[in-house]
Amino acid sequence: MAAEKAEMDVLKKECDGLRTQIEAARKAVNDGNMTSAAGSATEVGRVQLKLRKSLKGHLAKIYSMHWSSDSRSMISASQDGKLLVWDTHTGNKLVAVPLKSAWVMSVAFAPSGNLVASGGLDNMCTVSNIKAASPKTLRELDAHTGYLSCCRFLSDTEILTASGDTTCCLWDLETGKQKIIFTNHIGDCMSLALSMDENTFVSGACDSLAKLWDLREGTCKQTFSGHTSDINAIQFFPNGNAFVTGSDDCSCKMYDLRSDQEVITYQDGSLNAGVTSVSLSNSGRLVFAGYDDFNCHIWDSLKGEKVGVLSGHDNRVSCTGVPADGMGVCTGSWDSFLKLWN
Amino acid sequence: MSTTNNIAQARKLVEQLRIEAGIERIKVSKAAADLMSYCEQHARTDPLLVGIPTSDNPFKDKKPCIIL
Repeated sequence: MAAEKAEMDVLKKECDGLRTQIEAARKAVNDGNMTSAAGSATEVGRVQLKLRKSLKGHLAKIYSMHWSSDSRSMISASQDGKLLVWDTHTGNKLVAVPLKSAWVMSVAFAPSGNLVASGGLDNMCTVSNIKAASPKTLRELDAHTGYLSCCRFLSDTEILTASGDTTCCLWDLETGKQKIIFTNHIGDCMSLALSMDENTFVSGACDSLAKLWDLREGTCKQTFSGHTSDINAIQFFPNGNAFVTGSDDCSCKMYDLRSDQEVITYQDGSLNAGVTSVSLSNSGRLVFAGYDDFNCHIWDSLKGEKVGVLSGHDNRVSCTGVPADGMGVCTGSWDSFLKLWN
Repeated sequence: MSTTNNIAQARKLVEQLRIEAGIERIKVSKAAADLMSYCEQHARTDPLLVGIPTSDNPFKDKKPCIIL
């Protein structure tokens, strides 16, 4: 017993020492912040996007949406138990995928456009082929011991999932088995984003931390703190060196990977609603953040100022997304509508 | 034994912190400058910043032409 206590004390001391070391290293490079650096950046002015389409079709709260890589199709998931694939140019519904479990929390389009994935309180990730005559279930990925909060395809053969069981997982779709389990968060994982080169990904969790992972080695490379409540949303900045998070603490933050710390916080005293979702415009200059206050607020990512708002939903904005061609932004809400703006 | 578990966890934590402590970090001023540079470089091709002409707007409802 005494020997074990002695070892614990040594280990604890080492942990504390390493933590202090990390803080000191971060402080040493903290020679300025984004807001001061952005003093010389051009103003974006007031960003006034118009509502172009209101997509009606779901009968209950929308929890998630994802653009297809063709920037035209888009899939949405609602707790009415359906996934709907939309042609956003015409507003028409292309495919309806009925779900075994209505409690869906996340949906994703594979880059090929052939497959879609969804999951939620059933703890599973169900992958379906939507190019078949009628949507066909390909795989039911069943190993998480908590809800599925987010899923993203790497290709038609690999998918990454985030779960309320605090882990993320890389699956092989050909075998339906787990390839790598990413453990390190101490709270429910709520969101993940894949890097452009698909070698790393970032995750946000209820432990208020964001983590960078090596996709192939399965290791956590960096941990980012700063938020004071659950991180619900996470997206990479288009240059791949930074990412933006949205949290229940009512703020969004941008973290830079190479300086290993937060570089700017997007918050406003008048905004007292949690952030549910974040997406960025193609240049990275605009951050679209969906809030519990029924709005999607637009932030100047460099200057940290609110530059616009997308108002029109009658309930919480639960998801936002900008397509690859950057031609607009889609918001989805608990009011059962999806709206397209540009 | 829960004490052995605790030790195993503590060892893992130390290992993880060692990984995180060992990385190279660049100055925040450089990181910020690079982010700004990216935004400036791509501003002209960002449709949501520049605006989209009506004729090219994929989401705009196309109203039928009425010939009077």
